[in-house]
Amino acid sequence: MDRSNKAAKQMDRTKHVGRVKEKMMVMEIRHMQKSFGNRKVIRDLSLNVEEGQVTAVIGPSGSGKSTLLRCAALLDPMDSGELLYLGQHAAVTNADGKVVYAHRKKMKEIRSSFGLVFQNFNLFPHYSVIRNIIDAPMTVQKKSREEAYWAGRKLLSRMGLSDREDSYPYQLSGGQQQRVSIARALALNPKILFFDEPTSALDPELTGEILEILRDLAAEHRTMVLVTHEIEFAGNVADQMVFMDDGAIVEQGSPNEILNHPKQERIKTFLNSLKRRRKGICY
Amino acid sequence: MEWTMILTKLGEGMLVSIEIFAWTLLLSLPLGLLVAFGRMSGNVFLRGFVKFYISVMRGTPLMLQLMVFYYGPFLLFHVSLPGGYRFIAVLIGFLFNYAAYFAEIDRSGMESIPKGQYEAAAILGYSKAQAFRKIILPQMVRRTLPAVTNEMITLVKDTSLAQVISVSEMFLAASAIAAKEASMLPLFAAGIFYYVFNYLVALSMEWAERKLSYYR
Repeated sequence: MDRSNKAAKQMDRTKHVGRVKEKMMVMEIRHMQKSFGNRKVIRDLSLNVEEGQVTAVIGPSGSGKSTLLRCAALLDPMDSGELLYLGQHAAVTNADGKVVYAHRKKMKEIRSSFGLVFQNFNLFPHYSVIRNIIDAPMTVQKKSREEAYWAGRKLLSRMGLSDREDSYPYQLSGGQQQRVSIARALALNPKILFFDEPTSALDPELTGEILEILRDLAAEHRTMVLVTHEIEFAGNVADQMVFMDDGAIVEQGSPNEILNHPKQERIKTFLNSLKRRRKGICY
Repeated sequence: MEWTMILTKLGEGMLVSIEIFAWTLLLSLPLGLLVAFGRMSGNVFLRGFVKFYISVMRGTPLMLQLMVFYYGPFLLFHVSLPGGYRFIAVLIGFLFNYAAYFAEIDRSGMESIPKGQYEAAAILGYSKAQAFRKIILPQMVRRTLPAVTNEMITLVKDTSLAQVISVSEMFLAASAIAAKEASMLPLFAAGIFYYVFNYLVALSMEWAERKLSYYR
């Protein structure tokens, strides 16, 4: 509680006085643990994300990257640890070692602070493209149809899909569907946006269009956490890079530090295996 | 008997059959949804109770259930109910029986919706009720339509079971006239009635399926 008060005070100071340059923490994960049965998937993981920061999470398959994101997005319950959004507790571990999530009303507020773009889009198949984007603003945020519609149109044109407003998801390519799902997430104006391998379900020639949009969002200094296998791209857009293996953060730092001067042997091995694989594909 | 008399009797029976059909459908679809929620509930007792209810309703003849609902109150509790109770008993029997079938259809429909749909709705901030109403239910209705059509067609024919507690629906009316007139014609007319009724049911459900197939 003490911590969250402090964070709230900091927020206030930044807002009203503007003298304190300290950046606001949008998301804080402290000592998160998660198991599936006997298998430990997340081991005592802590991670902070500052406002305006792009965090890339990389690492081999099965290292717990997606689980980390799912726990942070409250899709999977964590086993222990703390989770905060904008200094507010979404989850704490009490004295008995049990995770306690915030109450419904507070949870609703906390949920509105993040968005998530899924690997396989999860668009609503029975809604048109525009309805996919504006239904949540209308249903959840109680915006008027008009307001939601014009905001939705703007997002669609930004995604280069102005002419697909009335299409249904099945009529779109994978890349187009993913662009709609990004627009759907942006429509709610979340403080932090999670991407769970947003290009992994796409044909290689379609990943480019999604990466371009991500680059755009990064340039706007949107707060994002990006789980990806596109290491090179991640290196270009990220402010902070996290290398995960076996449920823990192996190393954390600037992309330059992680990709060009990794301290850990495991990262070197991983990067080398990627290089070899890429060469293999080239030949 | 005169022809006009025969036609009036058959017409009355027909109306009763249609009434049983309409009331059962109208009430058992929503009740079935509630039962499906109970069947999928996290509460062990509720889930167990609902499972038992469904297995009894599906495991015993509807004819027997109608008799239990009609004679039960008197035989078990010595309550005598007014004459109008006959029709109420039919409705109760059909309602509970069909709700059990619809519940299983609804459950399979709900479980066939990809988990990602629930997750996307949760991430976007929909409450559970909103997610169900706006995201899950419409997709579920479409997926369950063929199975519901099957049940509706069975229901049309099942209305003839109401005769076991002497509710004068189409079939009872027709066989009464057939016996009196020593003629098969009334039964033949009843057959045509069931067939045409079901034809219309199938036709309208096909239309509904087409209406809902605008997406994949």
